[in-house]
Amino acid sequence: MTEALPTLWFVLIAVLWAGYLFLEGFDLGVGMLMKLMARNDTQRRVLLNTVGPVWDGNEVWLVTAVGATFAAFPHWYASLLSALYLPFLVVLLGLIFRAVAFEWRGKRDSDAWRNRWDWAIAIGSFTAAAGIGAALALTTTGLPLDADGNRVGGAFAWATAPAFLGAAAVVLFCLVHAAAFLALKTEGGVRGQADRLFRRLLPLAMVPFVGWALLVQADTGSVVTWLVVVLAVVAFVAAHRSSTAGRDGRAFAALGVGMLALVGSIFGAVFPVVLPSTLDDAFDLTTQNAASSPYTLGLMSVVACFGLPLVLAYQAWTYWVFRRRVSEASIPAAHAITAL
Amino acid sequence: MEALEIARWQFGITTVYHFLMVPLTIGLGLLVAVMQTMWHRTGKDHYLRMTKFWGKLFLINFIMGVATGLVQEFQFGMAWSEYSRFVGDVFGAPLAMEALLAFFVESTFLGLWIFGWGRLPRVIHLLSLWAAVLASVFSAYFILVANSWMQHPVGVEMVDGRPVMVDAWAVFTNNTALVAFPHTVFGALAVAGAFLLGISWYHLWKRRHDGLDTVGPDGAVVVGNGSGSRDTTDHKVWLRSARAGAVVAMIAFAGTGITGDLQGKLMFDQQPMKMAAAEAACHDGTGFSILSVGNLGAQSCDDITAVIEVPGVLSFLANGDFTTEVKGVNTLLPEYQEKYGTTLPDDPMYGERAGTEIDYLPVMEVTYWGFRIMIGFGAIAAGAAAVALWVLRRGTVPESRWLMRLAVFGILAPFGANSAGWIFTEMGRQPFVVAPNPDPSGIDSVFMFTAAAVSPGVSLAELVASLIVLTSVYAVLLVVEVKLLFTYVRGGTASAMPELAHQDEASRPQPDRKDDGDVLAFAY
Repeated sequence: MTEALPTLWFVLIAVLWAGYLFLEGFDLGVGMLMKLMARNDTQRRVLLNTVGPVWDGNEVWLVTAVGATFAAFPHWYASLLSALYLPFLVVLLGLIFRAVAFEWRGKRDSDAWRNRWDWAIAIGSFTAAAGIGAALALTTTGLPLDADGNRVGGAFAWATAPAFLGAAAVVLFCLVHAAAFLALKTEGGVRGQADRLFRRLLPLAMVPFVGWALLVQADTGSVVTWLVVVLAVVAFVAAHRSSTAGRDGRAFAALGVGMLALVGSIFGAVFPVVLPSTLDDAFDLTTQNAASSPYTLGLMSVVACFGLPLVLAYQAWTYWVFRRRVSEASIPAAHAITAL
Repeated sequence: MEALEIARWQFGITTVYHFLMVPLTIGLGLLVAVMQTMWHRTGKDHYLRMTKFWGKLFLINFIMGVATGLVQEFQFGMAWSEYSRFVGDVFGAPLAMEALLAFFVESTFLGLWIFGWGRLPRVIHLLSLWAAVLASVFSAYFILVANSWMQHPVGVEMVDGRPVMVDAWAVFTNNTALVAFPHTVFGALAVAGAFLLGISWYHLWKRRHDGLDTVGPDGAVVVGNGSGSRDTTDHKVWLRSARAGAVVAMIAFAGTGITGDLQGKLMFDQQPMKMAAAEAACHDGTGFSILSVGNLGAQSCDDITAVIEVPGVLSFLANGDFTTEVKGVNTLLPEYQEKYGTTLPDDPMYGERAGTEIDYLPVMEVTYWGFRIMIGFGAIAAGAAAVALWVLRRGTVPESRWLMRLAVFGILAPFGANSAGWIFTEMGRQPFVVAPNPDPSGIDSVFMFTAAAVSPGVSLAELVASLIVLTSVYAVLLVVEVKLLFTYVRGGTASAMPELAHQDEASRPQPDRKDDGDVLAFAY
């Protein structure tokens, strides 16, 4: 039983990352579309209000994924975050600006004020998605780590092809995912635009993500993980067809399933390695040598067994509460704050 | 400058900054939840206005706590990878639990509260706020468990040179954490109390200044009825808030005093050097220094003299009596050197510092003044709150602009006390990041020098870059946050309830709105 605990936690962390990409994927994408798609302030507010009640809860999936990595695989956490010092700094800055922009944007009635925060949301969403994508791609393809798990080669040693592939994969996925989400969550002009964007973007947008999955498969894939990649591609085709047939819900779900399959195929293929060293296979961090003690993992398993289903339940309920589509007509006028 | 210094500055700046937002989030959140509960139970208008107004300020601040909290979780791995590897088995668990059990609840239910006005059934809406607010308190508990383990490492065994958790119960009921937790929550309430008092004072003053409220011949207020949001209910909003704030600030100060005393007694046992440095107590003795002069920064105790000293008080702080001698720095230094060595070990983990002499004395000007600023600012805030409560007995505040400014400025005092307390406790732990405890309940062999904790692979340039970027971003955002808070404060309740400013318009039918359910409450 205790030998299985690191494996269980590897699976759980993969689940947390997949959950993060699924949920925050669309709100990061919606953030970027604030500048890429929305045409006027009302449309931008429609976009914001589709994710308004949920984006903060979605972001906690990232916090939990990182925190769980710290608790379950401290060596993985320490090596990955210190090796990717600058990319994670960029992620943090993006998330900081995005968060305050969501909350503060509507707090003053001024076009310049709103425009500034719109850029903060768009750029912050982009850098967060790109940085997370790079980090996930690198933890599955490798970093130049020495025997102690420390990066060699300087501040930009991570800047390799897989890093940019992963960044492109996640950024593009977020955009498509957001388009599917908006088609599902809005009415009127925004919905039409999102619908068209989804179908136009989907075929090309998933190329880097599939490319990343194939890169990992070529190295360490098994028959099963290869088949899962095929399943993902089938799901993407189905998503496109559903959208063409006007089935927004099914398109959104199929895209999500495809993404989850890709993440599964990637993590499935690299297992039991959690962070390969490109210098020497002997320096690879694995589920065994990077893990916490069985005692800690056991404790965390109990907490996760109780906590994770609960999170899923109340977050699902939140989505149910705010299930109604947002339309331009439902956005109230902005109001100015005047001193007494 | 070396990487270690930069990494320490960065940790200090990002953490103190984060902890400007957090106490206001925790304290104000609890108070807003109480206000909404009162509204729910009585249906009285002024409670609704209080909920909306203070809730708006709560949200403007809340988001900064969230945004800066992210940095906290990442920076252990980014800048302190050796620390993360060393303590991960025991330190990661409370952090992960904080995310899974507390932060998720906080973020999700706060979203429900913000957007749930008029959409959720009232009681569910109220419970959403309580869930979010209690989760933020719970969150503080987990973080303090993690921090307290660094102050008082319990529940572990050393395996291959690293602490491995063997007793989770000991870690989660660490006596250091159990007293730090209420101390921190009281500290947060002190911030919120002063915040309520200062801002409400401003509005009560403004009503008098504008001639709305006057004072009758008996000295009691004569409440005036203005237009829009400035009716008689408005007066109730500010008077109730001011009184509540004053009472909360006083109770909170008493709470921090009692829990702080318990903390002090533990600290004398667990980290005697920290308390000696807090006192600038060079020699063994029983006296508490009110003022010590000499060169506190000299890192030597030879030229420090206590000018004013209260005999017996130090002994009381440490042991609860007036006669037990408390060890001073000059006694403790040789003890530490004997136990933990005079030089850093010749281990590659210490880099160029291997073999250099260890300075066991924390920076005394920081610990000595940090300790006194914490207590002094806390006491000033509580004293001012007591005076304020007395002044408010007439139902309003004096017309003095100077007093109003003082009340608003006083909001800063508990913030200062909180920051000083944290700076004291973290700086006082140096040169250790995980402090060894000589007392029998601590595990003497579990410790880590801060010099060994920093990420070996991260370059000085990266750390400098991140320090500059984070500090500038934080400075800009602080200015924006304070400006926004000022704007909303000046706007009064109408800033959170625009319908109050346009009461005549609100009563007209609005053709562009279909039905209430279609209009987003609190829409972004």
